[in-house]
Amino acid sequence: MHNFDYHRPSSLDDAVAALGKGEDASLVAGGMTLIPTMKQRLAAPSDLVDLGGIADLVGIKDDGDSVTIGAMTTHAAVAASSAVPPSLAALAGNIGDAQVRNRGTIGGSVANNDPTACYPSACLALGATIVTNAREIPADDFFTGMFETALEESEIIKAVRFPKPEAGNYQKFENPASRYALVGVFVAKTKDGVRVAVTGAGNDGVFRAGDIEQALSANFSPDAVDSSSIPVDSLNGDIHASAEYRQHLIGVMARRAVAAING
Amino acid sequence: MSDTGIGASVKRKEDQRFLTGRGNYTDDIDRPNQTYAYILRSPMAHARIKGLNIDAAKAAPGVLAVFTGADTAGLGGIPCGWGVNNKDGSPMNEPKHPVLAEGKVRHVGDPVALVVAETYAQAKDAAEAIEMDLEELPAVVNMEKAIAGSGPQVHDDAPSNLCYDWELGDEAEVDGAFKDAAHVVSIDITNNRLVPNAMEPRAAIGEFDKATGEYTLYTTSQNPHVIRLLMGAFVLQLPEHKLRVVAPDVGGGFGSKIYHYAEEAMVTWAAPRVGRPIKWVAERAESFISDAHGRDHITHADLALDKEGKFLGLKVYTKANMGAYLSTFSTCVPTYLHSTLLAGVYTTPKIYSEVKAIFTNTVPVDAYRGAGRPEATYLLERLVSKAAWELGMDQVEIRRKNFIPKDAFPYQTPVALQYDSGDYDATLDKALELADYAGFPARKAEAAKRGKLRGIGFSTYVEACGIAPSAVVGSLGARAGLFESANVRVHPTGSVSIFTGSHSHGQGHETTFAQLVSDTLGIPLENVDIVHGDTNKVAFGMGTYGSRSLAVGGEAIMKALGKVTDKAKKIAAHIMEASEADIEFKDGKFTVSGTDKEMAFGEIALAAYVPHNFPHDQLEPGLEEQAFYDPMNFTFPGGCHICEVEVDPDTGVVEVVNMTAADDVGRVINPMIVEGQIHGGLAQGIGQALLEQCIYDEDGQLVTGSYMDYCMPRADNLPDFKAATTETLCAHNSLGVKGCGEVGAIGSPPSVINAVIDALRERGVTDISMPATPQKVWQALRAAEMPAAAE
Ligand SMILES: Cc1cc2nc3c(=O)[nH]c(=O)nc-3n(C[C@H](O)[C@H](O)[C@H](O)COP(=O)(O)OP(=O)(O)OC[C@H]3O[C@@H](n4cnc5c(N)ncnc54)[C@H](O)[C@@H]3O)c2cc1C
Repeated sequence: MHNFDYHRPSSLDDAVAALGKGEDASLVAGGMTLIPTMKQRLAAPSDLVDLGGIADLVGIKDDGDSVTIGAMTTHAAVAASSAVPPSLAALAGNIGDAQVRNRGTIGGSVANNDPTACYPSACLALGATIVTNAREIPADDFFTGMFETALEESEIIKAVRFPKPEAGNYQKFENPASRYALVGVFVAKTKDGVRVAVTGAGNDGVFRAGDIEQALSANFSPDAVDSSSIPVDSLNGDIHASAEYRQHLIGVMARRAVAAING
Repeated sequence: MSDTGIGASVKRKEDQRFLTGRGNYTDDIDRPNQTYAYILRSPMAHARIKGLNIDAAKAAPGVLAVFTGADTAGLGGIPCGWGVNNKDGSPMNEPKHPVLAEGKVRHVGDPVALVVAETYAQAKDAAEAIEMDLEELPAVVNMEKAIAGSGPQVHDDAPSNLCYDWELGDEAEVDGAFKDAAHVVSIDITNNRLVPNAMEPRAAIGEFDKATGEYTLYTTSQNPHVIRLLMGAFVLQLPEHKLRVVAPDVGGGFGSKIYHYAEEAMVTWAAPRVGRPIKWVAERAESFISDAHGRDHITHADLALDKEGKFLGLKVYTKANMGAYLSTFSTCVPTYLHSTLLAGVYTTPKIYSEVKAIFTNTVPVDAYRGAGRPEATYLLERLVSKAAWELGMDQVEIRRKNFIPKDAFPYQTPVALQYDSGDYDATLDKALELADYAGFPARKAEAAKRGKLRGIGFSTYVEACGIAPSAVVGSLGARAGLFESANVRVHPTGSVSIFTGSHSHGQGHETTFAQLVSDTLGIPLENVDIVHGDTNKVAFGMGTYGSRSLAVGGEAIMKALGKVTDKAKKIAAHIMEASEADIEFKDGKFTVSGTDKEMAFGEIALAAYVPHNFPHDQLEPGLEEQAFYDPMNFTFPGGCHICEVEVDPDTGVVEVVNMTAADDVGRVINPMIVEGQIHGGLAQGIGQALLEQCIYDEDGQLVTGSYMDYCMPRADNLPDFKAATTETLCAHNSLGVKGCGEVGAIGSPPSVINAVIDALRERGVTDISMPATPQKVWQALRAAEMPAAAE
């Protein structure tokens, strides 16, 4: 790890100011992704601006039709909350291990947009809104590619707002080694219809499976799911799973999610 | 049986310190005025070093010295401990393994420069400032391509990248056996390459005392005396009395910490040049590219059978990856630890084995838990199961029919080894009972209702450990003897220190060995201390590997204890004024037969050190004895592992639902420790079978260079094991012990893969390679379903 200057502001404004001052400053939330990257010297920010001192960023608020989760809320807190949709709590409860869940945050996960992360699929499938210090961004516009988001430089996620679905379920097929999602499928029945989001598989990160959504809108049963129309060349292949295998697993995971919702 | 003697499940003495974080590992040691080393390693698999500019690094903050291959070129190469000859009797190809790369780098991770600084971060920062001008050369990682002759050469002086082309047996004679065969069953098999991944990364501290001229190396080693010998005699030319090697608590080795590594030589050599102690600790990513890897064999084999399924002959052709350089034991693993085991538990009369050892641009490969015996067992047990399926025989029947019967011991195999004892039906029967083999069809039917494919797989194995009779290994090319030493020091108040050349790094010696002492001398366990891991304390030692600690190191202790009790009897006879022949020693008491005279062990110990009226011409003061023990033969644990799996045909996920191990490890000193060793071995075996695989890409880059991609077994990958032991005693050592450290990893992998194949057979799948990952299983199912889809 290279040397860096450390800042721990107690307000968002101070955080924005600190970010602007550093030559190559970076926010740090739980540090679960950023710190290992720095240790490997793949990232070498000049300044770290720790969001841990900003009390407003932590907490879960039930707004009736929706629930708002502060950016610095840990996976463990989401997993334990009765205010969040059960499918979302279950997703959070199966991220990484206990240490990661006690440190890692929803804001960090969403901002990082790791193509194998779990939360991005929940954001897309549930139609979440990413609330930043500057604006509100619908999830559909937020995830723009692998490790890429619509966030501007110095833009800070304050919270993620999830409309409560009629029903939802997330099925994760774990990478045997890392246990991130090799393929994760979040199926939700929402006000706006059935939404299906796939993580772990796409060349460009998380995406919505339009054909599966349509089929399930007509007939919400496992048999309706067919993943074969998802182009194989839009999917990622590596030592753990070829694109064909991922395409197949999307179908299996989607069917399991639908079956779980149907009970 | 006393509650601390032989056969008692005494809780491990060492766990108090390990579980409370009070272990003393190499990285816990800080020497006064210590400096820190970072090793700059090759990012390329094969390249010519055109230039190395170290000026900026030398000038960087905190930097004390920067060394490159130009500085260390005068040192000896890292030696190989075992010479293997070619078929024609000529010696193997043994290219130099430099301490720091000289002229070329030959694998990703090959050390290029040593940077020493005030802090580790400074050393690492400075290393970034070294300009490495590397001209990339084509790399070769695939063994078939490496020996094709036309591709890249790892070493200029090893044509076609061949280290040796060796054989055991007479090929023509074995061909004869095939002429009479009713069936020939063939198999092509890969034993997947593994990264050892000991919990504690390697570390080394080199220190030099200018006043005495003594060097000290603290290192994560399974055998400090072996390191002293290899590094002192071959690399640095330092005499033993000026070189101390300390291997303190070591957090797992699995073989990977047997070998002498360049980093040990670097810090020791550099210490006087820097004038201060130098510490190096591997980062985990560094372990992946610098610890010797394991396995990596490709084998074709043919088994000839008569029409009843009796084995007539076996031919085995193996290619073994050596990596870029020869590590300490690398050359004997595929030959003397693999081919000599190809009879397995069977009466196969004719066996031929050929082994080609091949250099590639990868990390050196050497022994890893089981070393050669897992490769032999995997091959044999896959082949035997395949034969049963092809001949329509039951898996149990084909094995029983070919077992070496229990009244045939000692049994001379056609591949050099003579098994002293065993009872393979007993372990098979025990395993069948524990695994409820009879209930399998019902369990399979029930699984089918849940949409799961259930399969059962067998492995009946023997292994050769207790390494090893020096005369035998010497005649086979070993450049060392494989005896062990022990010293028993009885202190004046009757407590005992045992100095052993064995080295514990997870095996629980401090408990098991203490039980031997408690049992023999009749003293409480707390009065016994086991000292190991320091060449200045222990007379000599060949260390711990090849499941040799109890069978060789323990026997040395027993031999020394025997000398102690002999001497103690002399003292007792003198004090109690009896004839030595009348002294009996039992339960810690010396008695004079036919009288009520008795003295406790502690009283004799005290007398030995307060010899006020000893007849000095007949009786020396003191009570301390040294013994060296060289085994008469290898020991031969064996057993049966039965694995039951369920495969999810939708995803290809394999779940191990039952794992049964019935092992004959000879006499059991501590059942709890034995069971723990077997559990660990099974976890590693299941890891190899289902999860672990080291992958290099075509350019020699390590794809599985971290835990994000290299899959280690975790608790939730494993079922509750059913482990039991049966006991036939080793016929040639006093304790009757055989060894239990590796059996789990040796026996289990084929049982797992046979179970997977058994589960998939109904869908037309006949082969699956290790590791049987979900993707691989899914692809096999798909290929069997629609042959056109498979390429
Ligand atoms: C062993 C392990 C296993 C894991 N397994 C999983 C898994 O199964 N599924 C899964 O989804 N994830 C997994 N993760 C990732 C984990 O969820 C991380 O917590 C998450 O990716 C990053 O969150 P963090 O709070 O630690 O962010 P940090 O590491 O602190 O930051 C990550 C990035 O986000 C930026 N950032 C952080 N907060 C904000 C904010 N409020 N606004 C704008 N930018 C911000 C930072 O600048 C940085 O670039 C795993 C991680 C580990 C170490």
